[in-house]
Amino acid sequence: MSQASKDKRDDARDIGIVSYMERTRQYYRALGYEQDYVWARFDDVPFAPLGKPLAAVRLGLVTTASPPGLGNRDTRGVRHVWSGEIAPPPATLFTDNLAWDKESTHTEDRESYLPIETASALAREGRFAGLASRFHGVPTEYSQRKTLSEDAPEVLARLRADGADAALLCAL
Amino acid sequence: MSLVARHLEANGLPTVIVGSARDVVEYCGVPRFLFTDFPLGNPCGLPWDRSMQHAIVGQALGLLETADRPRTTVQAPFTWKADDPDWRGRYGRVDPAERDRLLAAGRKRREQQAAASELKKG
Repeated sequence: MSQASKDKRDDARDIGIVSYMERTRQYYRALGYEQDYVWARFDDVPFAPLGKPLAAVRLGLVTTASPPGLGNRDTRGVRHVWSGEIAPPPATLFTDNLAWDKESTHTEDRESYLPIETASALAREGRFAGLASRFHGVPTEYSQRKTLSEDAPEVLARLRADGADAALLCAL
Repeated sequence: MSLVARHLEANGLPTVIVGSARDVVEYCGVPRFLFTDFPLGNPCGLPWDRSMQHAIVGQALGLLETADRPRTTVQAPFTWKADDPDWRGRYGRVDPAERDRLLAAGRKRREQQAAASELKKG
């Protein structure tokens, strides 16, 4: 298939949902990468029912943003799970290193991607019991192995330490 | 984030993801997903629009409560700015006129990645 045909096909898809996987493949090929990224895919999906009424749930928040100053990187440049306080909420977080649509929008309003104050308002209204005292940041990694073996277990441990019953995960 | 959600659920902690890359999240397979059909970056609502953000987070909470099976996707009832109808075509688009510049940028990026990889090995 010619590139023009592929572009046309992609445009047709864009009437509905944007095909980010195809966009990403085309972009990295244009950068000269010879191997396409292999996206994670699973046949089986785990499911944990909410074990108590929502009004009794303590909720943990998880973001893909980084702390200001990228303080979650160690001396070798490896990024790690990090945590921040809900109160007071951070004014801003670092998002420049993430793949979001920098031509169409901005991330100057932290609530648009990590809704601490919005969720707090919903808790005050009685929708759920309250937020855990910390939110947690998880690095977006090329390596699925690192996410599965290091970062995801660390997020789980921190949520459990906070007494969270469930988690709201907001992906930029 | 999908991998994190899967790990939490497998260990008994219910989750709901709010995001805008529907194809990526559904390809992976997650328990509960609230899809906001916006440009990547503002999954919880338009910047500074507290009313919309309240509605979206509230809908995510509802999904947490009502979903009874994995791979449950619900779409937030909002559309992107009416004065920007062309946003879908913008992200990651490769302009044929830019191919030489992109190739050069890719070469530079691979050199930086190789250097960073050496550093991480210690």
